[in-house]
Amino acid sequence: MMQNDEIIRKINQLLVEEIEIEESQIHPAADLKKDLGIDSLDFVDLFVIIENIFGFKMKAEEMADVKSLQDFYNYVINRINPN
Amino acid sequence: MTRVVITGMGIYSVIGKNLTEVEDSLRNGRSGIVFDPARKAMGFRSALTGIVERPQLKGILDRRLRIGLPIQGEYAYLSTIEALKTAGVDQSYLDTHEVGILYGNDSSALPVVESVDILREKKDTMMIGSGYIFQSMNSTVSMNLSVIFRLKGVNFTISGACASGSHAIGIGYMLIRQGLQEMIICGGAQEINAESTASFDALNAFSIRESEPLRASRPFDRDRDGLVPSGGAATVILESYDAAVRRGATIYGEVIGYGFSSNGEHISMPNVEGPVRAMKMALRDAGIDPSVIGYINAHATSTPAGDNNEASSIDIVFGSTRPLVSSTKSMTGHEMWMGGASEVIYSAIMMSKGFIAPSINFENPDEMTAKLNIASAMTPVEFDAFLSNSFGFGGTNSSLIIRKV
Repeated sequence: MMQNDEIIRKINQLLVEEIEIEESQIHPAADLKKDLGIDSLDFVDLFVIIENIFGFKMKAEEMADVKSLQDFYNYVINRINPN
Repeated sequence: MTRVVITGMGIYSVIGKNLTEVEDSLRNGRSGIVFDPARKAMGFRSALTGIVERPQLKGILDRRLRIGLPIQGEYAYLSTIEALKTAGVDQSYLDTHEVGILYGNDSSALPVVESVDILREKKDTMMIGSGYIFQSMNSTVSMNLSVIFRLKGVNFTISGACASGSHAIGIGYMLIRQGLQEMIICGGAQEINAESTASFDALNAFSIRESEPLRASRPFDRDRDGLVPSGGAATVILESYDAAVRRGATIYGEVIGYGFSSNGEHISMPNVEGPVRAMKMALRDAGIDPSVIGYINAHATSTPAGDNNEASSIDIVFGSTRPLVSSTKSMTGHEMWMGGASEVIYSAIMMSKGFIAPSINFENPDEMTAKLNIASAMTPVEFDAFLSNSFGFGGTNSSLIIRKV
């Protein structure tokens, strides 16, 4: 089972390497849209990247309440390690 | 009517990745044609192609602006950067003026193939990602560059087969002449990959002189056996003469004539009468006598029938004045959607520097091409105006006339 800190490390890494977000901008409270500039098209690419790295399909309807990077960590962690 | 001038030029081609390199190749008759073993392995009848290294834009363009660009869009981005630089136009100018874009492009095959390959493997469209749709459309170049450069004027793509780049300049010239736009980024782009040329290879139209890539493209030569596909991108900045003078811009030439026609016959077989009408229309539009034209950059792709018919057309219109004729496709191969724009740039370089590039591999004429005054060697000569021909499938024809200012 993948540990939570390993999941967070991988998310940070993909944001820097794949979405090309500045490493210095990455902190849990960052707003995905306002602070990190992740727009609706970037979410389309995140869908592909998340499936390739973590092996599950994100669902658009589950992302409605995901606002901050911490929310996104929690979402991915819950999908990988339910409960 | 408003006069229209060229104030910027940029090129990314198989004979050079900027104006300086291209001028050197033109002077020295350097070919950009190679044999591509990968195409042979795929089952191509001819594995000859023009080749240029893929631009590396990571670190230059941010991700969102980059991932919608197909390879010909990458070429076009770099040729447009050079064109804007030579025009002395920076981003603040683009932000404060209504600058348009009209670009010639007529395919974007590779991203279509790649995205469908993903779908077939993954069976889920969501695995295709966000970039491929913007790479796949014919309007990909004007679509992407208008966003990258934050353009606010006219914005669309001209698909006119192998005359696309020429028609783009012609339509841009008309819009500025009418006073509807002051500056338009015009050009043509052509992807280089096996996927986009496989079905063309199926027509037996490509040269099979695979053992001699540098000698394969031989427009007007008696022993020509077909064209060599190629590509890249070429950008010209068209501007109203008044605006150019106001800005103190360098003027590379004035567009004075645009002629167009359709053959109304066969989908791939060219004729004589259509190009004659396009050339005559361009001369009429320019209001000049054929004797003013010092050089013709022929469409001549190195196919037996196409070169033969163009030679007849040129002889009909220019038989009494016999200007020098060359085909830069002898060096570049057939740049297809790009060619009409790149050949204006090649010719404008020659006109400003006082030479005509050699039509390389023209060793022996045949009965018809013997009627032309073909420059087979680099020819130092001053000339004041040139005509550039571009023809395409469906019988679309475009002739542009540019003169010194």
